[in-house]
Amino acid sequence: MIDLDKVAHDYGGGALLSDITLRLEPGSFHFLTGPSGAGKTTFLKLCYAELVPTAGTVRLFGRDLREMRRDDVANTRRRIGVVHQDCQFLDHLTIAENVALPLAVSDRDPGAQADNLSELLDWVGLSAQARARPPELSGGERQRAALARAVMMDPEIVLADEPTGNVDWEMSLRLLQLLVELNRMGKSIVIATHDLNLIRAAKAQIAARVLRIKDRHLQLAGADL
Amino acid sequence: MRLLSLLRVIVMGERNASRVVPPTGFTVGLTLFSAAAMAFLAVFALALSLATGRLADRWADALARTATVRISAPPGQMQAQTDAVMAVLATTPGIADARVLDEAEQRALLAPWLGPDVPVGDLPLPQLIEITEDAQGYDPENLRLRLSAEAPGAVLDDHTRWRRPLVRAADRLRLLGVVSIALIGLTTAAMITLSANAALAANARVIRVLRLVGARDSYIARAFVRRFTGRAFQGAAAGTFLGMAGVALLPEADSAGSFLTGLGFQGAGWLWPLLIPPLAAIVAFWATRAAAFRTLRGVT
Ligand SMILES: Nc1ncnc2c1ncn2[C@@H]1O[C@H](COP(=O)(O)OP(=O)(O)O)[C@@H](O)[C@H]1O
Ligand SMILES: [Mg+2]
Repeated sequence: MIDLDKVAHDYGGGALLSDITLRLEPGSFHFLTGPSGAGKTTFLKLCYAELVPTAGTVRLFGRDLREMRRDDVANTRRRIGVVHQDCQFLDHLTIAENVALPLAVSDRDPGAQADNLSELLDWVGLSAQARARPPELSGGERQRAALARAVMMDPEIVLADEPTGNVDWEMSLRLLQLLVELNRMGKSIVIATHDLNLIRAAKAQIAARVLRIKDRHLQLAGADL
Repeated sequence: MRLLSLLRVIVMGERNASRVVPPTGFTVGLTLFSAAAMAFLAVFALALSLATGRLADRWADALARTATVRISAPPGQMQAQTDAVMAVLATTPGIADARVLDEAEQRALLAPWLGPDVPVGDLPLPQLIEITEDAQGYDPENLRLRLSAEAPGAVLDDHTRWRRPLVRAADRLRLLGVVSIALIGLTTAAMITLSANAALAANARVIRVLRLVGARDSYIARAFVRRFTGRAFQGAAAGTFLGMAGVALLPEADSAGSFLTGLGFQGAGWLWPLLIPPLAAIVAFWATRAAAFRTLRGVT
């Protein structure tokens, strides 16, 4: 569904990622690790077309990113759920409105999925906070709301950037549980994290591959994880 | 499709504008105010343009008519001088037609001053000859010289000529009115573009998030276009109403003489200013749309 072929990226201060080749298959589960500043967020941005690679080819659902028009990019993003590192909420909207945002902007009939929204809020345990504003939420609640928004359009793949970044261990496990559930529903999952305990907890439940960014390259991590 | 969305915006205003973009505060107020002010000015520019147009047409009409040659001579010489004048006129370039007025016509001309019953034949009245110019026109100085040589009692009365520069001035004034309306339109576009750019810059993060969750450019542009188009229409409607009220309340100028035809609108002319609000909406629609797409080009 997402194919990277000899991809490199450079913000202008020298290559950050180079020669990255990876194929994300339907139903797969990947962790992406590496020290802070290694380029995990950059890698994910390449996967949902926020960045265009400086070299190599990114294919989203079979289409070369460079040949996609802006509307194609918009349509493709509806098929990729993203939990952003900083959540990217709109603070003037309620949590329910933020979660429903991908649907609101999609020109689809919003009435049809109103049930879906309350189900989704229920699933992440935020029904009580539906009318709150994002700044009023705790870190764990924000992350769960971000996850709910990511799956609002029933995407085929979910990319989560440090979803357990500043939440306690218990909440980390709960978030992981939600992501594992999504994977069992057939969605492909990529989680960027430097939390090795989280990776171990996941591996106890599912077959997850662990990728590591090291010296600008992507490698498959060994059995030490 | 675009026309339809423009109509929808005009009819429904901001009520349906998407909540997804937060209220744009002063920029929308600025648009409301400048559209109102510009529409107010446009009403006067339009009134000026229409009034000077009417004036120019009327004067040009009068010009196209005639000049007169008046012959004052003792009764015995009258016929000879009249014939001489007609001969001169027949050989003058630029004159399409010359006609000796008969007694009945002369009496009709004098009736307003002397009353209908005066026996004109008994008075030592001058003979009048009506001249119609052709498109090139004649040279009045040359004609005067020839007339004084052939018929000493003939005087060329070129009374409509003094209006010619005035017609030109009125035409120029009408043009200035049209140019003013165009400038008002461009200024409106410029102000709305500045307001829209300010609103777009203030919402840079919102726009980025909307793109991230899969919004198309047209969706994002629409949220801004609706606001600015609706406000521009409302402001222009208010300004147009006030401008039309101002014109309607202008003191009547016709009684002071037909020279000024009145700076107001006449008859169907009152419909012209009603075009201002929809035009303002169209200007706002395109200005905001262009500004939005320019901003969006910088967002992935
Ligand atoms: N927009 C940008 N412009 C320039 N440099 C950037 C930009 N975004 C990230 N970087 C740099 O790229 C490096 C990798 O960033 P990032 O992908 O966020 O790493 P990670 O998510 O692994 O912590 C960092 O050194 C960061 O400073
Ligand atoms: Mg990061």
